[in-house]
Amino acid sequence: MSVPVLEVAGITKAYPGVVANDDISFSVAPGEVHALLGENGAGKSTLVKIIYGLVRADQGEMHLSGAPYAPSRPSAARAAGVAMVFQHFSLFEALSVAENIALGMEDAPPRRALSRRIREVSAGYGLPLDPDRLIGDLSVGARQRVEIVRCLLQDPRILIMDEPTSVLTPQEVETLFATLKKLSADGVAILYISHKLEEIRALCDHATILRGGKVVATCVPRDETAQSLAEMMVGTAIARPPARDGHAGEAVLEIARLSLPSDDPFGTSLANLSLTLRAGEIVGIGGVAGNGQDELLAALSGERPVAPGEIRLRGAPVGALGPEERRERGLLAAPEERLGHAAAPEMSLAENAMLTGRRRRRLSRGGMLRWGAAARFAEEIVGRFDVRTAGVEHAARSLSGGNLQKFVIGREILQAPEVLVVNQPTWGVDAAAAAAIRRALRELAEGGAAVLVISQDLDELLEMTDRLAILAGGRLSAPQPTADLTIEAIGLMMGGAKAQAEAQNAEA
Amino acid sequence: MLRLEPRQEASPAMGILTPFLAVVATMLAGGVLFALLGKDPVEAIRVIFLDPLLDPFARSELIVKGAPLVLIAIGLALGFRAGIWNIGAAGQFAVGAIASSAVALAFWGVAGIWLLPLMALAGAAAGAAWAMIPALLKVRFGANEILVSLMLVYVAEQLLFGLVNGPLRNPDGFNFPESRLFHDSATLPLLFSGTRAHVGALVALAAVVVAHLLLRHHLLGFQIRLAGDAPRAAAFAGIRNARIVVVCFAISGGLAGLAGTFEVAGPVGQLVPALPLEYGFTAIIVAFLGRLQPIGILLAGAVMALTYIGGETAQLMLQLPAAAISVFQGMLLFFLLAMDLLVSYRLRWSRTA
Repeated sequence: MSVPVLEVAGITKAYPGVVANDDISFSVAPGEVHALLGENGAGKSTLVKIIYGLVRADQGEMHLSGAPYAPSRPSAARAAGVAMVFQHFSLFEALSVAENIALGMEDAPPRRALSRRIREVSAGYGLPLDPDRLIGDLSVGARQRVEIVRCLLQDPRILIMDEPTSVLTPQEVETLFATLKKLSADGVAILYISHKLEEIRALCDHATILRGGKVVATCVPRDETAQSLAEMMVGTAIARPPARDGHAGEAVLEIARLSLPSDDPFGTSLANLSLTLRAGEIVGIGGVAGNGQDELLAALSGERPVAPGEIRLRGAPVGALGPEERRERGLLAAPEERLGHAAAPEMSLAENAMLTGRRRRRLSRGGMLRWGAAARFAEEIVGRFDVRTAGVEHAARSLSGGNLQKFVIGREILQAPEVLVVNQPTWGVDAAAAAAIRRALRELAEGGAAVLVISQDLDELLEMTDRLAILAGGRLSAPQPTADLTIEAIGLMMGGAKAQAEAQNAEA
Repeated sequence: MLRLEPRQEASPAMGILTPFLAVVATMLAGGVLFALLGKDPVEAIRVIFLDPLLDPFARSELIVKGAPLVLIAIGLALGFRAGIWNIGAAGQFAVGAIASSAVALAFWGVAGIWLLPLMALAGAAAGAAWAMIPALLKVRFGANEILVSLMLVYVAEQLLFGLVNGPLRNPDGFNFPESRLFHDSATLPLLFSGTRAHVGALVALAAVVVAHLLLRHHLLGFQIRLAGDAPRAAAFAGIRNARIVVVCFAISGGLAGLAGTFEVAGPVGQLVPALPLEYGFTAIIVAFLGRLQPIGILLAGAVMALTYIGGETAQLMLQLPAAAISVFQGMLLFFLLAMDLLVSYRLRWSRTA
C-alpha cells in the first residue's frame, strides 16, 4: 500500500469547557475520497481547521505524504498541498473571476496568463468558467466552481470540501461529483464533509464517523445503508416521521402580487408573487439560495414593509406593518442566518428570548422589561426543544449551530403563531436536531397553524410539505401538491426556471 | 513579524481590570515623561494623583470637573452602545450654554425659583436640537454622523464667539466679550459653602442611576444595546434604526447641553468665550474608560477630573507645561484601547511569510 497523503494521529483539541477533538486518528490514501461524517458539534469543523492551519492542535501529529505536517496558518497548509473549499464562499461580488482568484494567491501570475490557466484547468475538469465574468453575475453553483478552480490552481495533494452540495441543484451536484471523481482518478485525495448520507454512499470510498469529538466508527459507505450511517452518527435509532395527511383549513395568509426591489445590488427582486396559506398546512418554497429567499422572508417578517394589500393575515392587510405589529397579530418568522439576524450573538439566551417574545409572551410591562419572565421563557424553550446549553444566561454565540437553531425555531413556536415563516430551518444543523425541528414544525401545523418553509434542501421539502412551489429569479411557480412531485421533476423546474432567468439577464 | 490573533474567549475579569491597569500604565509612562523633562517623576505623580485627594478644596473641585464629564459621558455612552458616534458633544455643550444664558439674561434681575429649571430646559433642548442636525442628516441622507457632529463643534464655537461679542454682551462691560454676571436666581446653589461644587453634580448622579436602570430594565435600553450588538437582529425584532439614531442623539445632545448650562450657571456664572468645551471630547475618554457602563463612567469621571486638577497643580508647583494634561489624558485612552485589544487578541511572533 502506498504512503497515505494525509495521516492524522491522536489529534486532541480542547476549548474551555469542551473537548472538540479527542484523540482523533485516520488516514487518507492518494486518490481516495474520504468522508468525514458527524453531527454539528461532533468536531468536524475543528478537525478540518486544524488540518487547514486555522487552529493549532493541543496534542497529536499529522503527516503529509510521510513528512511531518503542522501548519501554523492556512498559507502554510496551501504551500504543503492542502486546499479547502469552504461552505460559505469568500468571493468579492464586484470583482471578476480572475481578479478573485488572483487575490487569493501568494504570487499571482500576470492577469492574461492566469486567465489562460483558469480556462485550461476549469475545462479540464468539466467546470467551464469565464475568467472575465463578475462574481455577482454568477449562480451559486458557478461560484463554487470558482472556489474549486482556485484550489486546483495550486495543484493540491488533498482537497477538503465542506458541505459542498448544500447550495446546489441536483443537476449541479452531478457535475460536481463528476469533477471530484476525475480529481480522485488523477490521484488527488479528497476529504469530504457532509451530512447528506446518500451522497456519501454514492461518492466516498471510506468514512470516518465522529461523535462528541471522538472517532466512533469507520466504514465503507457503499456497504452501509443511509439508515445505518445515520445511526452511527447519532448513536441512536432515528424514527422516520409518519406521512402527513393534508387537512387544510381556511386561508390564513394571502400573498397577492407581492413585488419588492432588492436592496442589495446583487440580490434578487421579488416580482409579482402570489400564494395562499391555509390553516394546518405546510407549504414549501424550494429553489437555490439567492433567488429571492431573503427578500421574501424580509417582506413577510415585516423588516421590509410593502403595500398593505400585498400581504393579508386573515383578510386584514398587514403588508405595511412592522415586525412587532405582525407578531402581535400572529405572523411570526425565523430568518436563515441564526447569528446576527435571528439572534444577537453577544446577548444571553434570556435576552434573545426577549428579542421576539416580548409582545406575545408579555415580557414587558409599561416599557419595563420583566427579565425573570424572559429567563423563564428561555428556559421553557431550552427544556421543550432540548437545547444543549449551560444556562440561559450564556451568550447565543456559545451554542452550536444546531442548538441555536432549535432555540430560534422553538422561540417562535412557543409563541403559538397563526403563521410561521422559516427560512432554511435546518441549514448546517445536525441530523438529530434537524429531525427535531421538522417534527416541531409538523406538530405546529397539526395544531392548526400555517407554516411556510423556505428551503434549499429538497429532501426536507419533499418529506414535510403538503404543497411545494419553486422560487427562481424572484418569481414563484404555482404550488403543486408535494405528493405528486419527484426530486427529478423539481430539479428540472428549478433548472428550467433558472435557465429562463439567465436568458432574460443575458437579453437585458 | 508581529501578528494579532483573536483569542477564543475574552476574559471577563480582564474587562473590568483593564481600566485600572490603564491608569497605572499612564502613571508609569507619565513618570518617564516627567523624568525626561527633568522633573522628579515620583513627586509629579504624587502631585497629580494623590495631592488633590488630600486637600478638601481640591476634593470639591473634583466634583466641579467630574460632574459635567459624567453627565456628557452618560449620554455619549448610550449612543456608543448603539453604534452611534456623537463626537460633537462640545458643540452641544456650547449651544446649551448659549441658550440657557440667553434665558438667564432675558430675565436678568427677576427673582424666582422657576428660572433655573427654565434655563436647564432651554439648555437641554438647545443641545438636543443641535444634535438633531447630524442625526437627521444621517437618517435622511446617510451622512456620516462622526464628521457632521465634529464639524458642528467649530460652528457652535463661532456662534458662541459671535453672540458674546454681540447680542449677549454685557452692555455695561466696556466692550469685553462677556455677558452680564448672572443674578442669584440664575446661579446654581452650592453643595458646600466655600467651594464651587454645585447641585449639577446631583443631576449627574441622577443621570447615572437613570441610565443604569434604562440599560438594565427598560425597553429602550434593550433596543439600544440590540442595535449596537446586532443591527440585523434589531431590525428583525422591529426596531427602527432611524428612531434609535434620533433618540440617542437627542439624549446625548440634551445632556451635553445641560452640562453647558450647569457650567455657565455654576462655576463660571456668566457666558464667556472661554468655556471648557474640551469637556465634550474628554467625555469620550470617560465613556470608554468607564466601559460604557453608567457606574463605570462615574468612576472614570472622577479619575479624569483628577488629571485635570492634578495637572493644574503640577503646572503651578512643578512648572510642567500646560499640554501635560492633554498628553496624560491621551495616554490614558491609548493604554486603555491597547489593553482592550490585547484582551481580545493575542500577539504572536512569527517568521515572515
